[in-house]
Amino acid sequence: MLEYDFMQTAFEAGTVVAIVAGAVGYFLVLRNLAFAGHALSHVGFAGATGAVLLGVAPFWGLLAFTVAGGVGMGLLGDQLRGRDVAVGIILSMSLGLGVLFLHLYTTYATQASSLLFGNVLGVSPENLRDMLVLGVLTLAFLTAMARPLIFATLDPELAEAKGVSLRLIAVLFLIVVAVAVAEAVQVIGILLVFALMVGPAAAALRCTTRLKSGIALSVIFAVAETWAGIVLAYVTDWPPSFWITLLSSVVYGLTFAPLLLPRGARGEA
Amino acid sequence: MTAVELENLTLTRGRRTILSNVTAAIGDGEFIGVFGPNGAGKTTLLHAILGLLAPVSGAIRVFGKPPGNGTALAGYLPQKRSAIGDLRLRGWDLVASAYEGHRWGPPILGSRGRREVAWALATVEAMELAERPLSQLSGGELQRILLAQALLGKPKLLLLDEPLISLDPRYQQAVVELIKRVQSALGITVLLTAHELNPLLGFMDRVLYLGHGRAALGTTEEVITSEVLSRLYDAPIEVLRLNGRIVVVAAHGAVEAEAHRHDA
Repeated sequence: MLEYDFMQTAFEAGTVVAIVAGAVGYFLVLRNLAFAGHALSHVGFAGATGAVLLGVAPFWGLLAFTVAGGVGMGLLGDQLRGRDVAVGIILSMSLGLGVLFLHLYTTYATQASSLLFGNVLGVSPENLRDMLVLGVLTLAFLTAMARPLIFATLDPELAEAKGVSLRLIAVLFLIVVAVAVAEAVQVIGILLVFALMVGPAAAALRCTTRLKSGIALSVIFAVAETWAGIVLAYVTDWPPSFWITLLSSVVYGLTFAPLLLPRGARGEA
Repeated sequence: MTAVELENLTLTRGRRTILSNVTAAIGDGEFIGVFGPNGAGKTTLLHAILGLLAPVSGAIRVFGKPPGNGTALAGYLPQKRSAIGDLRLRGWDLVASAYEGHRWGPPILGSRGRREVAWALATVEAMELAERPLSQLSGGELQRILLAQALLGKPKLLLLDEPLISLDPRYQQAVVELIKRVQSALGITVLLTAHELNPLLGFMDRVLYLGHGRAALGTTEEVITSEVLSRLYDAPIEVLRLNGRIVVVAAHGAVEAEAHRHDA
């Protein structure tokens, strides 16, 4: 399997994306922003298709739009609370714009499906290089802001009293999310970003009450699901995105399994 | 040595004057209960002592220094905690998040940080509690974890904003007793805001009562009187003492302590 170059590139790209998505996703879920991550990827669709129309690689259009969306969401902050309808309308508007751009650039139809549903087997070596650089930058940025991010996430009132700017943290974090989303789209697609950004993190949060173990477990789940998804795709010839979303759901579902055991047999959470 | 000194202090929030020309001195090692109707400025005063809000006129000194520089001297327990009750994380991580939490960088505690977190948790007798997920703790248990968090950095002054609110009476008593034990053991000053006097009777050294921009500081006997409270509320108030408990009644019959209990 690894004698094929495209398979090797797929594993490498999948690993980079899974590590970033697992780590960023943990904080996304901890901050109750899962829906924001979903919305950001949709905003990226208009950017990606618009970029193609302008003759630019879709990845950069995607990145520009998700980052702009992230900054906007971070600045609006609490004003977005309970505004699911407004966010939903903006994200469907963005998908609609994407459809228009696709219509104006008709030869692009096959690429549309890989944007929406991902195509890890189609990652080029140049793509991989960009993804690696961005992935390393994202993780470095996340590490550098981790301490105030955790403080502001767990205990916003005290953090603010101790001089942490909640708005600055929110904006910086959503920029990190935006880059992670743009990366994840390469593997899993705009519509399925939830599977890599939210699934492993949510499962990890159900498995351990320790913060650092939770981050590690989230990354391990994301990487394992991605690898297994690519292998299963190779064996079955079904799309890797299908397998990754299936595995993500199965792992999340399995974290509820202890609830099915009789009361006495349950271990400590 | 005075822990907190307010000198002709005037504080405003927006256009509203919260405190007007208040002078008071709180001694080192005192346990002060801070009371007053809603909007009287209890939280605003704590924010000013923390240096989060600058006085319009007058001065605040915390152990002789202007606030802000001395933030490390003051431990703070905010009233509203939006995120914590739903977290499936253990208490240890919550306490640890506040250790140097405002500084950029990776969340590495180091051995000094771990010792500090362990000390704070041991001081409130919550070492075992800290291994359990926050979402499974009762209100009183959660308050113990949060108190440990406020003790990080070994502050000489603790500012506790409504630590008893929404606790059952039996938990209220346990939390007050714990705060008193911690205060005596560490020899620190405590300012605690509350709506009800009775759970704190016998624990407080003095009472700081705020109302209509004014303040009265003194023992319970000096401050909780019909004369002083009528002046602070700007309305006739009666104070009844029953079996060692105090009931504050407005002249039209509403019981002050109860009327303000859950709407802060």
